[in-house]
Amino acid sequence: MGVANLGLYNQAIILFAALALFTSFIMLAQGRMMPLIFTFAWQGLLLAVVSVLVAIVSKHPELYVSAALTFTLKVVLIPWLLYRLSVQLNMQYDAEAIEHPTLLLLGGVALVIFSYFVAQSIVHLSGLATRNTIAVSIAIELLGMLLMCVRKSAVAQVIGFMSMESGIFFAAVVSTYGMPLVVELGVAFDILVAAILFGVFFFHLRDSFGSLNVGQFNRLSEANQPMPLRDAAGEHSSGGPHPPGEPS
Amino acid sequence: MTLLEVTLLVPLLGGLLLAVVGHRPVAGWINVAVGVVTFGAALVMALEVFARGPQLSGGRMFYIDAFNVYLVVLTAFVGLTTSIFSRPYMRHEVERGRVTDRRLRLYHSMYQCFLFSMLLALSTNNLGVLWVAMELATLTTVLLVSLYRTPEAIEAAWKYFILCGVGIAQALFGTVLIYFAAENKLGADRDDTLLWTVLHGSAGANLDPAVITLAFVFLLVGYGTKVGLVPLHNWLPDAHSEGPTPMSAVLSGLLLNVALYALVRVKMLVDASLHTNLAGHLMMGFGLLSFTVAGLFLHRQHDVKRMFSYSSIEHMGLITFGFGMGGALATFGALLHMTVHSLTKSAIFITVGHACQLAGTQRIDQIRGLIRTQPAIGWGLLIGTVAIAGFPPFGVFISEFLLLMATMKSWPWLTIPLLVGFGVAFAGLFRHMQRMVFGEPPPKQKPVEANMLPVVVHLLLVLLLGLAIPGFLSRWFEQATVLISGASPL
Repeated sequence: MGVANLGLYNQAIILFAALALFTSFIMLAQGRMMPLIFTFAWQGLLLAVVSVLVAIVSKHPELYVSAALTFTLKVVLIPWLLYRLSVQLNMQYDAEAIEHPTLLLLGGVALVIFSYFVAQSIVHLSGLATRNTIAVSIAIELLGMLLMCVRKSAVAQVIGFMSMESGIFFAAVVSTYGMPLVVELGVAFDILVAAILFGVFFFHLRDSFGSLNVGQFNRLSEANQPMPLRDAAGEHSSGGPHPPGEPS
Repeated sequence: MTLLEVTLLVPLLGGLLLAVVGHRPVAGWINVAVGVVTFGAALVMALEVFARGPQLSGGRMFYIDAFNVYLVVLTAFVGLTTSIFSRPYMRHEVERGRVTDRRLRLYHSMYQCFLFSMLLALSTNNLGVLWVAMELATLTTVLLVSLYRTPEAIEAAWKYFILCGVGIAQALFGTVLIYFAAENKLGADRDDTLLWTVLHGSAGANLDPAVITLAFVFLLVGYGTKVGLVPLHNWLPDAHSEGPTPMSAVLSGLLLNVALYALVRVKMLVDASLHTNLAGHLMMGFGLLSFTVAGLFLHRQHDVKRMFSYSSIEHMGLITFGFGMGGALATFGALLHMTVHSLTKSAIFITVGHACQLAGTQRIDQIRGLIRTQPAIGWGLLIGTVAIAGFPPFGVFISEFLLLMATMKSWPWLTIPLLVGFGVAFAGLFRHMQRMVFGEPPPKQKPVEANMLPVVVHLLLVLLLGLAIPGFLSRWFEQATVLISGASPL
């Protein structure tokens, strides 16, 4: 189906979905904390706009609820929470060195192609106007996962996680015009609780490890046995010895 | 359906109540009382379902049949016995200064909320709500894994959170795909197409194979992460070894079962629409891999709780393998194994918890002479380990034997890796047991306050299941087997 044959709204849907995918790539290459959080908020906004457009085109008013949920969670609450925590933890100017950025972006491209390949076998079933964007939703999910895999910073991992959830939510919107309301509310509730728990964890991580770099986790691996002696009664107050090479 | 409401609401309200009073000395008793009511309601409900067949609640939100009702009873039962154990255990932890009042409140509250989320996951009729409840189970336990706030505990909890979060997100995507396939066949203008009864009833047979295959792969990865299937098992030993021991008991004994339950429900749908054994073969592969790898890892452990969590992975692998094989005998064996594994493993974790308090450490090479210092704990650990390793008088032997028989019938050459795996796991468990139980106790090792009642009850039940399965229980398993595999084993 040629893009030119589509109505204005449908063209807008494709445009905004493509922009949302583009933000995924920006996040992949963005090492600094603040821009990363803002880009995530932009992605949420774009996805919310797509949901509204789909609601208008398909005349499914319940999609406004999805759009409102996406907007509240992904554009307002979670970015605000992350922003506040970064300021509190005094890391708003932190930047993370990304290893092999070119390779990473090429990997992202490969994932997008893979998503189109996967979507090809199921897209033909859909009669919905938005079926062109199913592949985009899969790609956003996979790129979120890639972000989680390559980053060592806890904040970036949380953003990757939330971006994955956005992708799945988006998949539900464009492939089936949204999940049943009770499920959408439940999922939104879970994500909200997860976001709050992640916030709690940032403080725990800083208190125990001195930073939010989870790449230095090395206490619980099979290769590292035997583990440092753990006298349970004595250790909890001191927080335990720091692993070598860690700024404390 | 009011009994179901009692079963679900009591833990939820108990959790809310304990969020306020959870630090008082009475909280341990409230925890037990909530467990008693939940278990009573679940048991009566189970007897009703057993007498009258599956029940669908008004509004079709909940569906109870022979398969999930037995898991509801098992969950409520182990939840109750573990709460009995947790009362003196947590008091001891408070005395040692590892847990503050606030954390004790958090612990009690989240314990009941966790039980609520598992019961919700088991009883819901909606695949979406099933996912929400599974995620809720992660969220309620993640702060409990990090309860001691040691760097190890924080690391374990973060791993648990991220790995299970990512894993289970894949399951959400799989659920979206199933909804997509169902809307496609049943029409988009109805909103009940995510209900299990609707999907399994009329539509099951003609959902689109391409979409369903893709959905199953995502669901297998998603729920498989929570089951602890091998390439995705990394979080499990960490979470089980670093959290407080009552948590390890319910995580190992119950949560893994619930995740596997979700997977088996989905498999029933997939089998009905694919007419091939793809889902079963995938589960068999992952199951056998987990079984073998976890058995080998048993040999490398230096932490007693870590060792037993690898044993959990091994047994979950075996159960997944059994469900994957399908067929009446294998399904019956897998259901039985689920039960006896839950009972035995939670009994072992309870004993291990006391043993660690006794020795003041979780390191295997520093736990010595349990029988000399406190015979109840020493014998409990020894008998529990004998039971979980599959020695004859116990129920684990019967279920493993049934699974072996089923394998011999349908996949004869796979009995070799199974038998080798049993041997490897047995050696892994027993290479340390001798010294821990019989060795010379270190000086100044004093007995601790221990409540061995849950352990005795669990192990007696496992023994009973090994000697003779009561008639009504075997008919019950048979009903569940017919539901899952479509054929009767008896």
